[in-house]
Amino acid sequence: MVDILFYVFAAVAIGSAFGVVTARTPVGSLLFMVATLASLAGVYVLLEAHFIAAVQIIVYAGAIMVLFLFVIMLLNLGHEYRRDLQGGVAAVLSFMIVGTLAGLLARQFRGEVALDAVSAPGGQAIDAALIRHGAVGAIGQSLFTDYLVPFEITGILLLVAIVGALVLAKRKVP
Amino acid sequence: MITPAMVLSAILFVVGTFGVLVRRNAIIMFLCIELQLNAVNLAFIALSRIWGIDGQVFVFFVMTVAAAEAAVGLAIIISIFRHYETVNVDNFNLLKW
Repeated sequence: MVDILFYVFAAVAIGSAFGVVTARTPVGSLLFMVATLASLAGVYVLLEAHFIAAVQIIVYAGAIMVLFLFVIMLLNLGHEYRRDLQGGVAAVLSFMIVGTLAGLLARQFRGEVALDAVSAPGGQAIDAALIRHGAVGAIGQSLFTDYLVPFEITGILLLVAIVGALVLAKRKVP
Repeated sequence: MITPAMVLSAILFVVGTFGVLVRRNAIIMFLCIELQLNAVNLAFIALSRIWGIDGQVFVFFVMTVAAAEAAVGLAIIISIFRHYETVNVDNFNLLKW
């Protein structure tokens, strides 16, 4: 059952990822992206990362994609009904680069031993933490002890991003 | 389920790379970069089944950086659009030789 669900989510994710690349309009591309993010959240649940799955839906599909949608609507980009694909040498070069990358990645999976998600050592530790602290506590325990300094720096990063976005997008007053 | 998840992650990363290389619309290129980030997130979460919860914490940080990057990048795109009236990257050739 879990395997079937995984393959359904994986198929939706890959199909929508191709949709993101090939959609005619930016809005269509964005809606395909939301479908990809939602099915990836399903995969995260199957991999026992419940809190990350919720954050994926709330932050990524909710906030970041809506930010993209605001910008697309603001710039009035929804009416270009043609694919703006690179042509000629650039297209051939990008096919070559992507083919090389795909070949390199495929080589990594040759003769790989199939790992079972339930019996893996880290998986058992995560399951124990989930039972002891709950879905949020399991990740919060690590986030606020081992990774406290990176977490605080993340706050500064977000502040810098807010200020930078305001300064860049503000209309210059003459 | 770890190996299929890694294969899915690799496929999504390759598709995202293809999108960045082949599209000219700056916003769709941004979306494809987000796709690549999500592929890496999936790899982190799949491997957290082997190495423990640290992978999920890293995904948290990647999401934060993605949010910051989207905010600043979209601000840059808006400011470029005011100047050129387009988001097609072929027109942004001031720094090209």
